[in-house]
Amino acid sequence: MDATAAKLIGAGLAAIGAGIAAIGVGNVFGSFLESALRNPGAADGQQGRLFIGFAAAELLGLLSFVVAMILIFVAK
Amino acid sequence: MAAEQGNVDPMHQFSIEPLFGTDHWQIAGHNIAFTNSALWMAITTVVLWLFMLGGMKRALVPGRWQMAVESMTGFVDNLLAANVGPAGKKYVPYIFSLFMFILFANILGLLPLGLLGIHPFTATSHFTVTGVLAIMSFSIVLIVGFWRHGLHFFSLFVPHGTPVWLLWLIPVIELISFLVRPFSLALRLFVAMMAGHVLLEVLSSFVISSTNSGVLWAGVVGIPSFVLMVAICALEILVAGIQAYVFALLTSLYLNDAENLH
Repeated sequence: MDATAAKLIGAGLAAIGAGIAAIGVGNVFGSFLESALRNPGAADGQQGRLFIGFAAAELLGLLSFVVAMILIFVAK
Repeated sequence: MAAEQGNVDPMHQFSIEPLFGTDHWQIAGHNIAFTNSALWMAITTVVLWLFMLGGMKRALVPGRWQMAVESMTGFVDNLLAANVGPAGKKYVPYIFSLFMFILFANILGLLPLGLLGIHPFTATSHFTVTGVLAIMSFSIVLIVGFWRHGLHFFSLFVPHGTPVWLLWLIPVIELISFLVRPFSLALRLFVAMMAGHVLLEVLSSFVISSTNSGVLWAGVVGIPSFVLMVAICALEILVAGIQAYVFALLTSLYLNDAENLH
C-alpha cells in the first residue's frame, strides 16, 4: 500500500472518533434532560456544568478531526 | 469530465492573503502585512463597538437595542457571579470582551456575504488567533494566582483530601491537566469553527458537481445536500454561540481556581 492511501485510510479511521464523541455529547445532554425532567426546579442551576461536560466530551471528538486533518494535509 | 472541473477546495477559504503592505512591512524579519484575517478582526471590533455604542444611552426605560446590550452584559455578569463569586466582578470587562469578540467573529464569518461577492473570513478558525486568546486567559490566571496566593498557588495541584500515599502521583496529573488548559481552550474553538466551515464547503461541492452532471443527479443528490446545508447553517449559528459561551465559561472556571484555589 502506498503512503497516500495509508494516510487517507488513517484519516477515515480517525472519523470513527468523531462518531464516538457524538455518542458522548448525546449522553451528556440526554442525561441532563432525563434528570431535568425529574426535578425541573434544579435544572437551571446546573446549566454551567452541562456545558462543561459538553465541552469536555466534544473536545475529544474534535481531536479526532485534528488527527484526520494532520494526516491529510500535514503528514508527509 | 465536466463535473471534475467543478471541484471545490474546502480548505481554500482559510487561506490568509495579504491585502496590502506585503513589500517592506517587516518587524524583526516577520512580515506584518495587513491580511484578510486582520481585516475581519478589525470589522468584528468595529461592529462590536457600534453594537455597544448603540446600547449605552443609559435610558431609564431601555429600548430594544439597549435591552439587547444589557442582556449580554447581564449574562456575563451572572456567569461570573455563579462561577467565581463576588471576587469575579472585576473580571467582567475581560470576559465580556472575550465572549463578545468570539461571538461576533464567529457569526460574521457565517454571514452569506458571498452573494454580494465579499468573502467573509472567520478569524476564529485559525489556531494563531484562538491561541493568543487562550494564552491571554491563561496568563491572567497565572498572574492572578501568584499575585493573590504567592507560592501557595501550587496547592492547586494537591486537591483537598488527597491520601498521603498518592502524593507522588496526583500533583503530576493535576499539573498536566493544568498545562493542557490553554491548548484545549484554543483547539476547541478553532476546530469547531473550522469543521463547520469545511462541512458546508464539502456539501456545496456536492450540490455543484451533482447539478453539473444532469437533472437526475441534481434531484437525487443536489437538492437533499442543499436542504442539509440550510440545516447545518442553523446548527453552525448554534455552535457559534455555544463555543463563545464555552470559552467564556471555562476561562471563568480557571479564574475561579486562581481566585479561590480549590
